Amino acid sequence: MKHVDEYRAAETVASLADAIARATTQPWIIMEICGGQTHAIMRYGLDQILPKEITLIHGPGCPVCVTPDAYIDKALEIAATPGVIFCSFGDMLRVPGSQGDLLGVKARGGDVRIVYSPLDAVEIARSNPSREVVFFAIGFETTAPANAMAAYTAKREGLCNFSLLVSQVLVPPAMEALLSAPDTRVQGFLAAGHVCTVMGTEAYGPIAMRFDLPIVVTGFEPVDILAGVLACVRALEEGLHDVLNMYGRTVKSQGNAAARALIDEVFEVTEREWRGLGVLPASGLALRSTYAAFDAEARFGPARDIRAAPSPCISGEILRGVCSPLECAAFGASCTPDHPLGVTMVSSEGACAAYYRYRDPTDEVGVVFVHE
Amino acid sequence: MNDSKDLNCPVAAIETEVIQLAHGGGGRLMHSLLETVILSAFENPAPNECHDGAIFEVGGERLAFTTDSYVVKPLFFPGGDIGSLAVNGTVNDLAMCGAQPLYLSAAFIIEEGFPMAELRQVVASMETAARQSGVYLVTGDTKVVDRGNGDGLFVNTAGIGAVRARTPVNPGAVEAGDVIILSGDLGRHGIAIMAAREHLAFETSVASDCAPLWEPVKALIEAGIELHCLRDLTRGGLASALIEIAETAACALTIEETAIPVLPEVQAACDLLGLDALYVANEGRFAAFVPAAQAAQTVELLGAAGLGAVAIGQVTSGAGGTVAIAGPYGATRRLTMFSGEQLPRIC
Repeated sequence: MKHVDEYRAAETVASLADAIARATTQPWIIMEICGGQTHAIMRYGLDQILPKEITLIHGPGCPVCVTPDAYIDKALEIAATPGVIFCSFGDMLRVPGSQGDLLGVKARGGDVRIVYSPLDAVEIARSNPSREVVFFAIGFETTAPANAMAAYTAKREGLCNFSLLVSQVLVPPAMEALLSAPDTRVQGFLAAGHVCTVMGTEAYGPIAMRFDLPIVVTGFEPVDILAGVLACVRALEEGLHDVLNMYGRTVKSQGNAAARALIDEVFEVTEREWRGLGVLPASGLALRSTYAAFDAEARFGPARDIRAAPSPCISGEILRGVCSPLECAAFGASCTPDHPLGVTMVSSEGACAAYYRYRDPTDEVGVVFVHE
Repeated sequence: MNDSKDLNCPVAAIETEVIQLAHGGGGRLMHSLLETVILSAFENPAPNECHDGAIFEVGGERLAFTTDSYVVKPLFFPGGDIGSLAVNGTVNDLAMCGAQPLYLSAAFIIEEGFPMAELRQVVASMETAARQSGVYLVTGDTKVVDRGNGDGLFVNTAGIGAVRARTPVNPGAVEAGDVIILSGDLGRHGIAIMAAREHLAFETSVASDCAPLWEPVKALIEAGIELHCLRDLTRGGLASALIEIAETAACALTIEETAIPVLPEVQAACDLLGLDALYVANEGRFAAFVPAAQAAQTVELLGAAGLGAVAIGQVTSGAGGTVAIAGPYGATRRLTMFSGEQLPRIC
């Protein structure tokens, strides 16, 4: 397949792995921010072909994983409201709130629909004028333009029955929070290529400078990821603390001007709660007052935090890259994709789910893997 | 940053007392439903070793018996419709038992208001499919339900076949050293249905691989291929089928990812939707477990039958119940069963 095959070519992967091995003289810990990258690393076993000195740890960049309980519970409540059509991206449906998940609401009669684009939800609102249609607008800067477009379109058309439940987050503040934590292990970052495609790379320079570490903008195919790792290792070995763009085929330093303008038209920066990271200032997006009419929280009441019950789940530590899924006593035992104790086991981009699906149980650190 | 100990996830309330869609998705939840609720409720004089159908003896003749219900949306899709699916699906389940399909029943649950023209089209397509496999639809039933109480049309077929394979064809017959042959490329049916259902416009349209499988299986039997196990790769795809066989047979399987054919347009659709082609449904593909000495001949015979068959792996003597897949870059990973259906990813 043109434009994909070359980024999966086995010879290129092998030569990049060689180059990384040659460039590495000491141990380095590199975090890939994005859950899509975590998934690809595990799917293709890229961590297994790196020299043992390189440790990849997995960041909080799974949009499903970092959405806080309060919003999952609010989604469940709205979805169970008679007359509502609740629209969501597919992998949100299995995420547990404190009272079940959206699939459960659907099984009990709620009208929960998977959409592939927020504009599909707008279309559902258009064709069901007597029903309230709510879209669960979650994600990073990657989903923000399309979610903004949904609100923009609804406003332009005066679609009074459409609203968004917004839990939209931003990557750079999360990176700063991770690096500010006393237990941080991160020495270099692979930044998420899709996020930078939208927002550009300008926000990362000050972070690289303040925390003295390289940040490499990286894509999602095996060749992209290894090229990112190679650039990061070389920078670390040479003591360079720069922002490097290894995803130049889509990422421009200014980002996508049209997408940024649309985000700015619809959203404003606000404080947000992240699962695993807590409440971070200026780390998310909320609808501007000019779009308040399309805010599901204004229509159905605000999302409220519910005190979490005690749990053996360490997804907080996993989302911060402090622990590996293999270090969790519940992993593969009481916590499996059928019975997830936490979100990182639910989404295919979550580190625990990726480990469960792809990790050979017989290798590594003597962890006993309980197979159902 | 707050103390992360306070930020852990709540224990999820696991929904087990109502049926969810995932219970029908071909993954672990479906297996658990079958084991804990359905199979355990019935006494069975002949323990069922072949998951695609029951095999029993009547008057000295070994017969295979199977049934399947078809609930597909949309009813008509590129490459087939619910009628061809209902006949081919049951024909294929019998073929996977090494049995020649003979007679089928057909039951229709029709929603009030369903267009007569569409029903005629479905029935005509069933007759065409039946002829193609040399089977007869000999008995049936129709029920009409109130508008709103059915999704247009549901079809159930059951089938009886005569076992032609000379040795047992089931996971229990799988042996270390057997070669796993895949009859063709993966994922066409699942992607065709998803594209039609969700109105996804891809540049090239993918047609379902829906097709009858008795003829190619017959060719293998007649050539004297010792078929240890056959499995059609429907819901849950190749991965779920192999995991089921590995678990039932308590054997270990190793397959090569680079040997598995997937059409570029199917792969592109999978990449776009965040799906893994190994788990996407097929309706005209099967995996055959044959002795290594007959692997090349099997590939050749299936090729002669018009199928792009390839050897994709082997049964090893390793720990039972596992399927390992060697990736393109030298790393090996384990295949696991999905909980329910694959859900498209966010980004």
